Amino acid sequence: MKKKVLSMFLAVAMLAGVLAGCGNEPGGSSGGVEPGNESSADAGTDASQGTDVSQGTDGSTESDTYKRADGEGTVLNIYCWNTEFMNRMKDHYPGYVAGKDNTTADEEGNVSGTVEATIDDITVKWNITPNKDNAYQNNLDEALLNQESAAADNKVDIFLVEADYALKYVNTDYSMAVKDLGITDADIADQYKYTQDVVTDSNGVLKGLSWQGCPGVMFYNREAAKEVFGSDDPAVVQEKVKDWETFNATAKELHDAGYQITSSAADTFRTYTNNVSSPWVIDGTINIDENVMNWVNDSKALVDAGYTGTHELWSDDWSKGFFPEGKVFAYFGPAWLVNFSMSADTEGSIGYNGGWGACEGPQGFFWGGTWICAATGTDNAGVIKDIMLKLTCDKDIMTGIVVKDDDFVNNKPAMEALADGSELINGAEYTSKVLGGQNPLPMYCAGVDGLDLSNLGPYDQACTEEFMSAMLDYMKGNIDLDTAIDTFYKEVITKHPELTAPEE
Amino acid sequence: MKAKRSKAVRYNKWGYIFLIPFVVTFVIFQLIPLINTIYYSFFEYFRSGLNVIGPNFKGIENYIKLFSNGDIWKYTGNTLIIWLMGFIPQIIVSLLLAAWFSDPSLRLKGQRFFKTVIYLPNLIMAAAFAMLFFMLFSNSGPVNSILVSSGIFEQPYPFLDRVWTTRSIIAFMNFLMWFGNTTILLMAGMMGIDTSLFEAAQVDGATSTQVFFKITLPLLKPILLYVMITSLIGGLQMFDVPQILTGGNSPANTSRTLIMYLNDNLYSKNYGMGGAISVYMFVITGILSLIVFKFTNGKKK
Repeated sequence: MKKKVLSMFLAVAMLAGVLAGCGNEPGGSSGGVEPGNESSADAGTDASQGTDVSQGTDGSTESDTYKRADGEGTVLNIYCWNTEFMNRMKDHYPGYVAGKDNTTADEEGNVSGTVEATIDDITVKWNITPNKDNAYQNNLDEALLNQESAAADNKVDIFLVEADYALKYVNTDYSMAVKDLGITDADIADQYKYTQDVVTDSNGVLKGLSWQGCPGVMFYNREAAKEVFGSDDPAVVQEKVKDWETFNATAKELHDAGYQITSSAADTFRTYTNNVSSPWVIDGTINIDENVMNWVNDSKALVDAGYTGTHELWSDDWSKGFFPEGKVFAYFGPAWLVNFSMSADTEGSIGYNGGWGACEGPQGFFWGGTWICAATGTDNAGVIKDIMLKLTCDKDIMTGIVVKDDDFVNNKPAMEALADGSELINGAEYTSKVLGGQNPLPMYCAGVDGLDLSNLGPYDQACTEEFMSAMLDYMKGNIDLDTAIDTFYKEVITKHPELTAPEE
Repeated sequence: MKAKRSKAVRYNKWGYIFLIPFVVTFVIFQLIPLINTIYYSFFEYFRSGLNVIGPNFKGIENYIKLFSNGDIWKYTGNTLIIWLMGFIPQIIVSLLLAAWFSDPSLRLKGQRFFKTVIYLPNLIMAAAFAMLFFMLFSNSGPVNSILVSSGIFEQPYPFLDRVWTTRSIIAFMNFLMWFGNTTILLMAGMMGIDTSLFEAAQVDGATSTQVFFKITLPLLKPILLYVMITSLIGGLQMFDVPQILTGGNSPANTSRTLIMYLNDNLYSKNYGMGGAISVYMFVITGILSLIVFKFTNGKKK
């Protein structure tokens, strides 16, 4: 009997130890392991957690609050994958009253469940499904396919999308044209063009709006810049990376000094793919743009010379450059990356000591962002229009979002005023602690202004994911280029059987 | 007489009634999906974005596509190689441990403790286990730190970027997760063997090796057969460990298993192609099980 008790005890103790170890690993690792679809979302949630919320922080008066129109539905169903948009609504939408929260979070911090709230006498129902394993899209697909037969109060009213798959929804009749909601071109004139490109369907109809922009820049390690170039001034560093040719030449210089120019070839992928001149799919045939091939050739050369690595984004190996010992010169990303995802709150990290600098880098790009779409069949067009107008077009509310949540908002005049210092935050010019007191806004503004995303397509998510993994395999030396391209075609066709590979 | 017969009939009736829950569950959750899978494998039926395409009857087009593309053989090969790499050490170690544990003359101490410990890896979620190994073997992980600091390697070795190390890690994890289970099954089989046979052999002067190969193994055959076939089926359905360890992107796709391939096809809810792969697996599993069965039973003659 004693033996039995002892062995049971040991078993339980061991199991507990093992499980505890596993549970801690993902969260405790530097940088955090993020699921496939990264977005500013993760960052945004962090920012607003733990802060007390009071109504009317944006100076809105009571008369601004939305009143339900006659005949409008009393339930507003919103489908989303995290709490970011909900927190923006809570903090910045006049008349929003938070209610019962029925969500749970898993060990990686993915929140799922429903949350209730009210706007006037409309009940707002948040339906949160995490992005992991495509769960959000699978859930939304089912809901939209049942949209017609669903009861009025159960129909999807608003759903959120990300750039990588926006067109999957925008190119269907399941999403409503913004114009049909009563929003005019004049209302949205101050938004960045690229944010509208992302959600414009194949007939040129705008079907969604976003309150944020996610322009990316190059973040460099100031210490390394001083050591190698003799100065950490953004202008000097920008001169060293002004185009891809110079960038690749600089890689050698950095290598000789013991630094990798980027952590992985994957870092620059978005910058190249955001600047393509043709889409991934033309008339049902998969197409590889010239600039994408440039990424492959440039990166292969860098990898072979040992100037950069081949780690997957978000892996531990990729994140090691967040710390000085990682010996990584630069990362490419938007504000949320450097503010929230690069271990800036861990002692000893480069960000913690304000050791990053920002410069525009070789080309402009964006990373992340959330778009609001209205679902066809909604009985809440009035309140949806009001939400879109207030959160994505109202300069005062949007400046409030910058101040409170450190978001880069989708409003040119607001951002430019903050960038050139004509608008002050708490009586001072906007500066970033992580960036050693630099004001990066002018760069963000410049990078995003010229961005042209008319070549986005509905297959981008599968194409970029599969292309990246096939090419990293090639760069690691496991397969040759032809095999890699062949693998890419095969994998995309597996995911989208209606596509074909180009004839040789 | 009459009364007796009617009683017997009533018992029969109860037999059928008690079977109902099983039959109903089986038909709804096993038989209908099985027939549906085979049925849809002859159709073009998938989603393009939010548009459902099909079902359009296409005959054996899915099968032609599946086999002409050639990947299916590669993934079958991957699955079998990784399974064998894990199963061979698993069955050897399990046989050895089971023989030691069930041998009364050895009088091993702390048996209960060890039996519990070797079974433990099986209780961990495969996903958590795979995450753990991913961390251990990453370039900046503890395994590489130890190898570099002890001077065995000059630079971190990219374990998960190389074909055979990735396969070995998956095989090792499968071995670790299942050898305890196999040991306990085999031990149960060995304890069921009449001890007088062992005693008789010892009296006749047989060595312990002879006892193992001449008495234990032949009498263990039914259990061994069961272990082999269940492990084969489990091996062909290998999914969670390689999927999470490699994130679906193993070097040159050499650690992609059949079920991972099936999973990729379900990305676009491609029930046609998914069905074809499932039918293929059904046939392969059947053939391999038959081979194992014949092979193990054939020796008896």
